[in-house]
Amino acid sequence: MSNLIDLSISELHNILKKREVSAIEVTRAYLNRIDNVDPKIRAYLTVTADKALAQAEDADRRLKKADAVTPLTGIPMGIKDVICTRGIRTTCGSKILENFVPPYNATIMEKLEAHGAIMLGKLNMDEFAMGSSTENSAYHPTHNPWDLERTPGGSSGGSAASVASRTCAGSLGSDTGGSIRQPASYCGVVGLKPTYGTVSRFGLVAFASSLDQIGPISRDVTDCALLLNAISGHDDRDSTSASRNIPDYTGFLTQGLKNYTLGIPKEYFISGLDSDVEKSVKHAISALESQGSNVVEVSLPHTDYAVATYYIIAPAEASSNLFRYDGVKYGLRVADYKNLMDMYIKTRSQGFGPEVKRRIMIGTYSLSAGYYSAYYKKASQVRTLITRDFKRAFEKCDVLAAPVAPTAAFRLGEKIDDPLQMYLSDIFTIPVNLAGIPGVSVPCGLTSNGLPIGLQLMAGHFEEAKLLTVAYNMELALGLCENWPIP
Amino acid sequence: MKITTSEIEHVAQLARLSFDPSEIENFTRQLNDILVYVSKLEELDTRRVKPTTHALQLTNALRKDEVRPSLPIEKILSNAPERENGGFVVPKVI
Repeated sequence: MSNLIDLSISELHNILKKREVSAIEVTRAYLNRIDNVDPKIRAYLTVTADKALAQAEDADRRLKKADAVTPLTGIPMGIKDVICTRGIRTTCGSKILENFVPPYNATIMEKLEAHGAIMLGKLNMDEFAMGSSTENSAYHPTHNPWDLERTPGGSSGGSAASVASRTCAGSLGSDTGGSIRQPASYCGVVGLKPTYGTVSRFGLVAFASSLDQIGPISRDVTDCALLLNAISGHDDRDSTSASRNIPDYTGFLTQGLKNYTLGIPKEYFISGLDSDVEKSVKHAISALESQGSNVVEVSLPHTDYAVATYYIIAPAEASSNLFRYDGVKYGLRVADYKNLMDMYIKTRSQGFGPEVKRRIMIGTYSLSAGYYSAYYKKASQVRTLITRDFKRAFEKCDVLAAPVAPTAAFRLGEKIDDPLQMYLSDIFTIPVNLAGIPGVSVPCGLTSNGLPIGLQLMAGHFEEAKLLTVAYNMELALGLCENWPIP
Repeated sequence: MKITTSEIEHVAQLARLSFDPSEIENFTRQLNDILVYVSKLEELDTRRVKPTTHALQLTNALRKDEVRPSLPIEKILSNAPERENGGFVVPKVI
């Protein structure tokens, strides 16, 4: 049998179901892998070995009785530390939540537990999911498994690096402006941001509530569909949750591309786009074309305004959401203070890192008296224009294909002192969040120095099935990037 | 300059944050860069455009007003920095 940690979720499920291997054995293999590899990668903030082994015992009982077995029963997963896990510390990558132990589970954790999935631990991230490199974690940076001196991307850097370094079989991340897709692209794995409202946000620590969405990171597209099946669905504890029937997303994958029209947004192929990235993305598009899809050029004319729009809206929402960290109900409270106001200010100033403070400041400024119209209202209007661009594009095509990011993974430290440059690495992922549509990153090539490149596919609201069909066909055409020769 | 150091100090007060004098200069410069960048939205005429605050057109999600089990008080208080008699303790306000 090949090494357990090299198997995809669907492959693991097959041998678990046949009892060729136990969930305990699989879990032990992953815990060993974490011990051996994670000291270099540092994807995990917390490893929950005892809980994982107890869950594995439970999964084995289910598998033995063939009772309530699903494709995720006995599958070891990693969870971004922005998702509340009952009884397990949830830090959000922040010192202000260093000792926070949620008394409840996020809805998706209840779903995963109902499936008998196993949690190996909590994964590193930029503080409060604000960042594109995981360097804003208050604990430590995470390293890209393809090149340890490079960032795995962010904010779900731990979620992508753990899947790529085989320290979990699949993971969950969250995506507010690209935080699943960009790290998936940098680490050579598949990452999906579902349509806003598809996955419950109950128990997801809020960053920008109108943009945040939880999604899966996996080794291949089939696993992505399996994970999406498990976490989607209406939740009456999230008032923005959509009530729709969730199809079996794996059922669409093997459909061909005969009736598909792919749109290529010309604004995503701009100067500043790395030439290796451009080459790989175009190669992937021609592979999809040779499989039978039509290819048309489309225009998303307001693309160039998306980053500016996002950096008003997201900080505005964040500044309001993050007012809850006041040293009263949970989280840090400093030891020395003169009065209530002094306690608030000292607690927040010591508890938050620089990027979180920057965003709180931008948000507070843009919402303050006299500035609301010039900033927040204006940005909300441009958000309408960006959404309209997508609607028009989807009249001409089913799925849009473009790069995920202008470059492959950059070096640790390269952009940390220049917040604006860091923000611009999300230029191609942000529009998707503003419009609330789904987007997926699928590996499509390597740079000349051997770093993974991702193709981004985007579809209309609730068109995840189309997205995954195209993604699956591309994977069939190109194969998994771990098998590609370094150019 | 879009924003001055004294404005930064005012906004920091609103945001319940404080900055060392050594940090504030760098911070003012970074915030300025960001505000200059986002001001590119002024290029667009949006007079007739309705704002979008939410990606999906959702209406109020209401559920039946019925009592459901909730977490016990001691669980809710378990993360509080200071607690007493089933409540959160805060510095004296009045």
